[in-house]
Amino acid sequence: MPDGTGTLNPLVEVRGLKMYFPITAGVFRKKVGDVKAVDDVSFTIYEGETLGLVGESGCGKSTCGRAVLRLYEPTAGSIRIAGTEIATAGFDSLRAMRPAMQMVFQDPQASLNPRMTVAGIIGEPLDEHTTLTRKEKLARIYELMDQVGLNRDFANRYPHEFSGGQRQRIGIARALALNPRFIVCDEPIAALDVSIQAQVVNLLEELQDRLGLTYLFISHDLSMVRHIADRVAVMYLGKIVELAPRESLYGSPQHPYTQALLSAVPEPDPMVEATRRRIIIGGDVPSPANPPKGCNFCTRCPKVMDICREIDPEFREIAPGRHVACHLVTQASQTAGQAAASEASGTTEIRIQQGE
Amino acid sequence: MTDARPASVPPPPGRLRRAWQSDFLWSFRRAPVAMVSFLVVTVLVLAAVFAPLVAPHDPFNPATLNLMNGFTPPGQPNAFTGESFWLGTDDQGRDVFSTILYGMRISLFVGFSAVLLAMVLGVLLGLLAGYLGGWTETVIMRVADVQLTFPAILVAMLIFGIAKGITPPEYRDQMAIWVLILAIGLSDWVQFARVVRGATLVEKNKEYVQAARLVGRSPFAIMTRHILPNVLNPVLVIATISLALAIIAEATLSFLGVGAPPTKPSLGTLIRIGQEFMFSGEWWILFFPALTLLALALSINLLGDWLRDALNPRLR
Repeated sequence: MPDGTGTLNPLVEVRGLKMYFPITAGVFRKKVGDVKAVDDVSFTIYEGETLGLVGESGCGKSTCGRAVLRLYEPTAGSIRIAGTEIATAGFDSLRAMRPAMQMVFQDPQASLNPRMTVAGIIGEPLDEHTTLTRKEKLARIYELMDQVGLNRDFANRYPHEFSGGQRQRIGIARALALNPRFIVCDEPIAALDVSIQAQVVNLLEELQDRLGLTYLFISHDLSMVRHIADRVAVMYLGKIVELAPRESLYGSPQHPYTQALLSAVPEPDPMVEATRRRIIIGGDVPSPANPPKGCNFCTRCPKVMDICREIDPEFREIAPGRHVACHLVTQASQTAGQAAASEASGTTEIRIQQGE
Repeated sequence: MTDARPASVPPPPGRLRRAWQSDFLWSFRRAPVAMVSFLVVTVLVLAAVFAPLVAPHDPFNPATLNLMNGFTPPGQPNAFTGESFWLGTDDQGRDVFSTILYGMRISLFVGFSAVLLAMVLGVLLGLLAGYLGGWTETVIMRVADVQLTFPAILVAMLIFGIAKGITPPEYRDQMAIWVLILAIGLSDWVQFARVVRGATLVEKNKEYVQAARLVGRSPFAIMTRHILPNVLNPVLVIATISLALAIIAEATLSFLGVGAPPTKPSLGTLIRIGQEFMFSGEWWILFFPALTLLALALSINLLGDWLRDALNPRLR
């Protein structure tokens, strides 16, 4: 249930999305296994809202975003954008849908063709999907450059002549060229300086207000997601473990992984920092090629129970708009005792990777 | 809102001006070897292209030949006719200097055309293999691997032999040049394909290619508009070095007697003719064509070496 948006009109509906990459071996490329990058993920994004997708490196959040736009061929599942099925669409019907769904990429250096001018880059979607005359196209390119705050005089320059923030603006202008309704922002600020991050995020928010855009905002920056997202989904090892409106997720995280992740957010106030207790989870993320039996988090969970090693918890709605996949939450009666026991035993060190 | 502004946008700086200020020319102006090589190549190519204007005689016009002029040593007057020739004459009284100029024409034409053929073929197959992957890639690259196990000259001779077998005898001399181009071109595409495939594998995973796919661009448009311009640098280097190799390959084939016919001699044919007289004292018939071939191939190769360094961002 989106915060702050009045309508409940679902724009993007993802059901049971699976994205497996085959592992092949030998001369004949025989398939010997799968990397389960995205494993049975379901979520809905409502029109005009921003869904934040967070998780540590390698948890499948980028893959998920790309599979939703059919940059990969999904292994299974259904993706409906504005009522049209994307997951199984053929080349032509997919091409017809392309204007409605676009993407802002992580690396503004790699996402712009170094041999094309800014006008060429922003104009490419127009070449492909519209029949504008040269003059109309140029006018549209200038309009887009105005929208993202780029000087029109730069239209004939090449990407290497720009700073990271300006390049990201070029990428945003390209994504906007065909008036999309849905944009996947794949870590759009991760490669930028902190001072520039705020500018780009503000630009994205401003464009959302003005153009009524819907975002899937993928990031590992929890504070930034808190700033921009209406609802937040937390991914771990290919699965969404918790999905909730922003305030309730940051206020009272339910899943042990979410709790640990949020406790790792840097706290600017040293007084608060001194009294804060970090939840430190041990070990490493298991390989997505060979995930553990039962709950994916059972190998590292501080509150692990026997049932977690046997049965994969169902992703279910525990309160309106709050979805969690954890046995603890569903077996509320046992929660208190188990949690106390495992916290008392203490855990060995280490880190939750936050950056890439 | 888009009224007068577009007019105020300055045009991109002139291509010439940009080219002059580029890193590329800067590194050229600082490489004496490259400059000398470039000078030698330019002089030789111009001399070959304008051979009819430069050459003192037309060696292929029997009317102007005088058999009495045969075996004139370089720089000395002929014992019978009193005519003198810079680089001497061959057995039939043809001016060696003129035959070299005309021979270089054939050599350069065959070299350029063969490299062009190899480049087009190799770049196309390399792009397809790299971008499409799967079975396309397996088939193309295995064929390339197999071909790479044979020496290029052997492959060229094989193609030459087959082509000669299927062309009617009366067209053979006419077709020889084209068959030569085909043979050298087909024996040389592998390098281009391998390099382009490697570069394509790198480029296709970059996000700008995904952005193009997201726009709905067809694979063909992505290959030609996005990937090709970004893999051309190494292609240019290989093309230059291949040019030297192709000229040598042509000379080798002609030397072996399977290349350019004696009626249209290339440098290789001239060397073959010349080596018959090497031990009878008429050294100049062999020496000057061979020296020209050496200068041509060496300069192009040195130019290619410099180009490789100049275009390599890691060496800048």
